Amino acid sequence: MTTVLDPTSEAKPADREKTTRPESLAGLTVGLLDIKKPRGDVFLDHIEGRLTALGAKVNRYAKPTFAKPAPVDLRHEIAASCDAVIEALAD
Amino acid sequence: MTEISGAAMLPDGLVAVVKRDCETCVTVSPVLEALAKTAELTVFTQDDATFPVDADWVIDDTDLSVSWHNDIETVPTLIRVNDGVEVERIVGWSVDQWRTFTGDGSLGEGLPEFRPGCGSLSVDPTIAPGLAIAFGGTSLTARRVEFASLEDDLEAMYDRGWTDGLPVVPPTEERVMRMLEGTTREAGDIVTIVPPNLHEVTVEKVAINAVMAGCKPEYFPVVLAALEAVCTDEFNMHGVLATTMAVGPVFVVNGPIRKELAMNSGINALGHGTRANATIPRAVQLIVRNVGGGYPGGVDRSTQGNPSKLGLMIAEDEEGSPWTSYSEDRGFDAGVSTVTAFCSEGPHTIVDQISRTPESLAKSLAASLLSSNSPRMVMGMDAMLVLSPEHIARFADAGWTKARFREELDSLLAVEADTIIRGADGIEEGMPEAFAGHTLPKFRPGGLQIVHAGGPAGLFSSILSGWLTGEMGSVPVTREITA
Repeated sequence: MTTVLDPTSEAKPADREKTTRPESLAGLTVGLLDIKKPRGDVFLDHIEGRLTALGAKVNRYAKPTFAKPAPVDLRHEIAASCDAVIEALAD
Repeated sequence: MTEISGAAMLPDGLVAVVKRDCETCVTVSPVLEALAKTAELTVFTQDDATFPVDADWVIDDTDLSVSWHNDIETVPTLIRVNDGVEVERIVGWSVDQWRTFTGDGSLGEGLPEFRPGCGSLSVDPTIAPGLAIAFGGTSLTARRVEFASLEDDLEAMYDRGWTDGLPVVPPTEERVMRMLEGTTREAGDIVTIVPPNLHEVTVEKVAINAVMAGCKPEYFPVVLAALEAVCTDEFNMHGVLATTMAVGPVFVVNGPIRKELAMNSGINALGHGTRANATIPRAVQLIVRNVGGGYPGGVDRSTQGNPSKLGLMIAEDEEGSPWTSYSEDRGFDAGVSTVTAFCSEGPHTIVDQISRTPESLAKSLAASLLSSNSPRMVMGMDAMLVLSPEHIARFADAGWTKARFREELDSLLAVEADTIIRGADGIEEGMPEAFAGHTLPKFRPGGLQIVHAGGPAGLFSSILSGWLTGEMGSVPVTREITA
């Protein structure tokens, strides 16, 4: 663990700020990432229906295996094509 | 051998501090052994707990705590301590001094009369900052930011928005302490107020960003002076950021500091490849970003930007110039180190490989200078002309002084307003109608900056076009570089 000295004016908190939450999902593209646990798809099918009803466009993604982090290409693809993402951690 | 921990307190009697890796200490070691038999002597040894011998009067100071707490700068150092208080000390080896100090008139028979001693490990520049943190605590006040154990340091700094797009060096406390040794100023002193958010910046905060930019401690005084130059009303850093034009601060360094820092004035003088030239201006830009809040896309609204906004610092080739230096033109003496901030676009090459007479080359350079920013605009913006050695030689060989060169250029840079008035030649851009019938100078008096730099071969010079000059915009600002 490295400790460094803050190079900024310290006018903002040191912790990384969360991305601003969208006020509405209408018209936004939401990614649903299936981590490949059993029945995650059932859960995500349900979520997709709810999101679509809210006016969101849904893109479905899946990791090759739940045991490893999502591949870089997949993360980039999600980041480039979605406004928000829901990662299903169902088990 | 005995150990005592962390003590600043010295035992009473005579105290010597030595290291094995010192010729003088080795020379003096029989003297210490003799003294140990006749006097109350304690030896602290910095690098080998069995030097000069493995004995109970030899104490391990390999963590250098005793050396650091007692400000040992040289080994051997011999100290007299009474009731826990240092009374006097001598450093190095001198037969006379040691005999007087110990009262032993036969001490050191057969040894050389004098040896200067060696540097104490506790003041070794690679070790001292760590000791200052370990034993002295720290006077640094910046907020500590801990990266998570799985976070990559460089990625963590990108994620926090601290970089200009290139990787930065993690500003650990030890690195910042080392940077601060490059100046005599106190870490807590306010250097200036940084636009656009007008935050006060301390010497410490400047040092943090200088570490991140890749500066060495000896560059630090230039960073401080360059930052002061851009954070003036005259330079107008806020306006330089906010403009949609592609400008940023470009720096010119003059004086002996160029050689001291091994700055590049030759091949690629305006390019890449030299640490000091590259990292000092980068540090200034990082401070404007991190402390001032001048982010691209935020207050920095440049439509296209230019690559010199990562940092461009030109060290003038004074030694190879037949003319006065740029800083002399700006009123400073030749032996004074200065940095000048000039608001500019990146460099643009002027090609003239044919001219052999000064008259021809002056006309050729003037033709290019007339197009600086736009051939349809005059007087509003300055420019910097960076003459290469082969170009400046054409004038020097013909006996032209800098004053003569300026004079000739002035007449070549006079423009008939009618040729550049709005609508002339079917171009809508141009000078307002009110100037019709006048002859106008391309640049305001003093608006053309002349600098000499570049490699020995190549009939090319460069123009760095400026931005709005005068009170409405930005004018060059020069600061003397002091420690």
